[in-house]
Amino acid sequence: MQFETTTYPDLIVVHLREARIDAAGAIDFKERMREYTQDPSLRVMLDLSQVAFIDSSGLGAVVAVRKSLGPDRQLELAGLTSAVQKVFRLTRMDSVFPIYDSIPEGTGGLRNAG
Amino acid sequence: MPADPAPDTTRVVIPSDPMAVREALCALFNRLMAGPMQEDTRDTAQIVLAEALNNIVEHAYAQSPGEIEVTIEVSAHGLSCSIVDHGKPMPNGHLPSGRRPETREGDTALEDLPEGGFGWHLIRTLSQDLSYRRVGSENLLTFRIGSKQYTQ
Repeated sequence: MQFETTTYPDLIVVHLREARIDAAGAIDFKERMREYTQDPSLRVMLDLSQVAFIDSSGLGAVVAVRKSLGPDRQLELAGLTSAVQKVFRLTRMDSVFPIYDSIPEGTGGLRNAG
Repeated sequence: MPADPAPDTTRVVIPSDPMAVREALCALFNRLMAGPMQEDTRDTAQIVLAEALNNIVEHAYAQSPGEIEVTIEVSAHGLSCSIVDHGKPMPNGHLPSGRRPETREGDTALEDLPEGGFGWHLIRTLSQDLSYRRVGSENLLTFRIGSKQYTQ
């Protein structure tokens, strides 16, 4: 799975460079996200703008990542495409995550390919 | 009034494996991009088909090898799908109820957030004429996705 990250003083934005989060990629997704969210002082935003499709295994993986962050950090989501939005809405998971239309513009962030 | 064009039928047989499911969905839905189906109907169809196939891989075959045969008929009105596998039958011979896992805005404890159980809820919400039969050693699942069937 391809990811990039942008790190700000208090925020890490994880850009998922994949078209799908599905049953075939859910475990890999969870493991990689765990690596990127180690620093407890950083808020976490997941950029889903390139993800055209998510299934219930992918959704479960996103929920698992949210749970792994514990009660003191949110998992913020940004850039949901129409099919991804539909899955979050129908399962009411849209009420569990803060969801933004777009990611913050890159001012002073450090970008890494990973 | 001109007659509707004949429906376009596709049949694929794939191994019971998450990666094979992904490849089949990608190939099929890339092809449907060129067709008459609306984007929203296509998204809906892919969600339902993915959940049905993942369920067969995970529960009917449950890690053992097997084949899944998918037949899809596409017309301007939507999509009809039938899926055959030779795995285990549905528990009690019936489709799961598909009740949405409980979450209440703001007050579901973090550890109680559901990580699964969404699949049949999505299938039941998004499909029409959903039917399951066990015929001999075969599971036969059929459903339809209509162009204007759901308002949500």
